Amino acid sequence: MSPLGPLLLATLLFCVGIYGVIARRNAVLVLMSVELMLNAVNINLVAFSNLLFPEDAAVSGQIFALFIIGVAAAEVGVGLAIVFNMFRNRASVNVDDVDLMRW
Amino acid sequence: MTGHDVVFVLVGLLTAAAAILTVTSKNLVHAALFLATTLAGIAGVFLVLAADFLALVQLVVYVGAVAVLFLFGLMLTRAPIGREALDNQNRGLAIGVSGGLFVVLSALIVDAVVGGSLGDTTVAEVTGPGIEDIGMAIFAEWVLPFEVLSMLLLAALIGAIVLARREPGDSGEEAMATRIDFGDAPPTEGTDSLSSGSLPELTSGERREGGP
Repeated sequence: MSPLGPLLLATLLFCVGIYGVIARRNAVLVLMSVELMLNAVNINLVAFSNLLFPEDAAVSGQIFALFIIGVAAAEVGVGLAIVFNMFRNRASVNVDDVDLMRW
Repeated sequence: MTGHDVVFVLVGLLTAAAAILTVTSKNLVHAALFLATTLAGIAGVFLVLAADFLALVQLVVYVGAVAVLFLFGLMLTRAPIGREALDNQNRGLAIGVSGGLFVVLSALIVDAVVGGSLGDTTVAEVTGPGIEDIGMAIFAEWVLPFEVLSMLLLAALIGAIVLARREPGDSGEEAMATRIDFGDAPPTEGTDSLSSGSLPELTSGERREGGP
């Protein structure tokens, strides 16, 4: 199996995530797009670890992916809490409306 | 083209289509469900790549917890539905940036893999470390990052509670404050009575409603 397929899939997911982060105006959808980008990185890590360096029996790729999953879970929790706070204070989750700290 | 490749192409096409629908869907709940489909497809990709444990973790954490959390988030924020309400004016910029980045990155990847600068990259059989290796590595080599991650999760838990808690005095519907009297306890409303001046018996929520 060639690593071309997983790497291209990860690239597509990452670019789709970038599109979502730029084009969406709902904060929850922006968080979803960030999740897509994190998962693209996970695919890359596993593909490199298992397809390009299989003889080393290297577990580092999968362990990095596990840590990224854990950090992403924490990020979703805090991010959604911030979104809820924003919705309560401004009655909107539109990221274009939240420009209080704009210079 | 082996069986692995066929399965990967099928799962990869499903994942890619669901990902594109996630960021283009006009309905928020549909977007969340497409995100769950994408994450499940990524778990399938992990299975094809011989990362069994990671596939199960992906299913449990992402499809089980994160997707449901996103659904809760969408339903609690009562967001409007429709392309105009969901997308801003940057769609052209977004398509340009992401499309350009995709073209550049995929050209680099194809050049590196097909062009041979990575060497002979086609492996006959996909193998990965077993779950015993992962466990031994986590609790021997990677135990310090593991503990740091647990501290991070604890901090995120407390931080999320503190951020999302409704304090009396916030805007929105006021929750009824529950006052607990401990008999001979000293008066606990010291700062409150200082700030409310001549009305020490009112809670902050009542003061807000009665204020100008």
